[in-house]
Amino acid sequence: MFDVEKIRAGFPILKREIYGKPLIYFDNGATSQRPARVVEKMDEYYLNRNANVHRGVHHLSNICTDANEESRRTVRDFIRAASEKEIIFTRGATESINLVAYSFGERFIGKGDEILVTEMEHHADIVPWQMLCERKGAVLKVLPFTDDGVLNLEELDRLLAGRVKLVGVVHASNVLGTVNPVKKIIEKAHAAGAKVLVDAAQSIAHTEIDVQALDCDFLAFSGHKIYGPTGVGVLYGKEALLEEMPPWQGGGEMIREVRFEKTIYNDLPFKFEAGTPDFIGIIGLGEALKYVGGIGLKAIGAYEEELLKYATGRLQEISGFRIFGTAPEKTALISFQVGKIHPLDVGTLLDRMGIAIRTGQLCAEPVMQHYGVHGMARASFAMYNTREEIDVFCEAIRKIETLLGAGNA
Amino acid sequence: MTIQEKEQEIVEEFAVFDDWMDKYAYLIELGTALPPLDEQYKTDENLIKGCQSRVWFHAELKEGRLWFSADSDAIITKGIAALLIRVFSGEKPQDIAAADLKFIEEIGLSQHLSPTRSNGLLSMVKQIKLYAIALTAGS
Repeated sequence: MFDVEKIRAGFPILKREIYGKPLIYFDNGATSQRPARVVEKMDEYYLNRNANVHRGVHHLSNICTDANEESRRTVRDFIRAASEKEIIFTRGATESINLVAYSFGERFIGKGDEILVTEMEHHADIVPWQMLCERKGAVLKVLPFTDDGVLNLEELDRLLAGRVKLVGVVHASNVLGTVNPVKKIIEKAHAAGAKVLVDAAQSIAHTEIDVQALDCDFLAFSGHKIYGPTGVGVLYGKEALLEEMPPWQGGGEMIREVRFEKTIYNDLPFKFEAGTPDFIGIIGLGEALKYVGGIGLKAIGAYEEELLKYATGRLQEISGFRIFGTAPEKTALISFQVGKIHPLDVGTLLDRMGIAIRTGQLCAEPVMQHYGVHGMARASFAMYNTREEIDVFCEAIRKIETLLGAGNA
Repeated sequence: MTIQEKEQEIVEEFAVFDDWMDKYAYLIELGTALPPLDEQYKTDENLIKGCQSRVWFHAELKEGRLWFSADSDAIITKGIAALLIRVFSGEKPQDIAAADLKFIEEIGLSQHLSPTRSNGLLSMVKQIKLYAIALTAGS
């Protein structure tokens, strides 16, 4: 039984006030909050168990190493990977994508090859590929979306007929909320001989992911968007593919033997983890995933879908409220504008009412260009948000509309 | 009136509002009342960097004094720009360059002062001062 009050009680920050008003945190797309149990777990390791991993012969080092590797297995099970060798810890989804762009790119991308991304990618799934194209003389192609925020799959067939070697696709758009049909895209891409990286940054906390069922080649996500710590993320890659890819950063941990004449690299997954990892962050991430797993992503997804439906309905009652992204399958976020009111004004006034949302270009300038706007406001929900909070939010939007006049520029 | 006196005047005006909503309503009113900037001055050069909204500041030197005009597509930002214009317009470049603004904090808008704030208040003040410093150095 999904009990939102019980969940809320685990997040101390949800009890605080902003400018004397109860905090309503609708900026979960940027980062979620962390439950006390994740922070307590990390505290315990920092204060009583800390020692570097994979190298000490001593007791504490073994404790931390075991916990680090237990987290890896937790991640493996969470996304149903075949082996823990396929789980690489990174600093976040951005670093995961950069790793693939560098290492896969180094091995498999040549002059004239094509990388395909979608028009709804955020910058982290655009810029690393552009940099790769620049290094290798490859070409970046873009799969467009329609005005309601749905990818144009007919165009996909045409684009895949080219020299596409890799497709980068966002699982759930951070602006439009669209949940893309990644399984279908992967099938088509594979049939055309291309590999696929799925950016799961916005979906990992909201829907169950099975990398084997999806058959994706790579999958990236960040810990801090799934109630875990900042600065730690995951790259999943198929073992055979990772084996073929060269390391991208050199240093400790990623080596087996170092001679000045020649260095022999370590096995997976350590080959891609140079230097001391953020092992306590990794332990925190493991705890967060156990916590989410305990509640169950099915229950979380169902609850958030209800929340999204309720919010969408209520907000559409407000005259001049425009929603960007109306795909049939959406994750729990709403990007919007209120009449002609600038999103920054909306965000500033909501903040004074204790409501935290995101405003601006949302790290996805091409999406802004698609709609010909300079920015949007975005409310993104998590499992601890409530209908009551949405009611307060709607009331606040109405207040702002009155204050600024619906037609005000 | 000196820069300080104008600041004091603004602080007194805002003192009548005890509700934040009224303060913002007043800022919105000031923003709405600010005459629009001539399109020819809405150039990349006049665009203030580091703002989530677009803000343009245009400066003109007349008889040794600087005159500012500004525009923004966000109304609260425009209201803040109106206050800055009121404080700085018609002042000597060296006075502007040396000014240590106090009023923003005193009227309770200091949350707009943090450098992480994307409304660009800090960038606006910086730009105004840069105009003044450039002209002081040139004179």
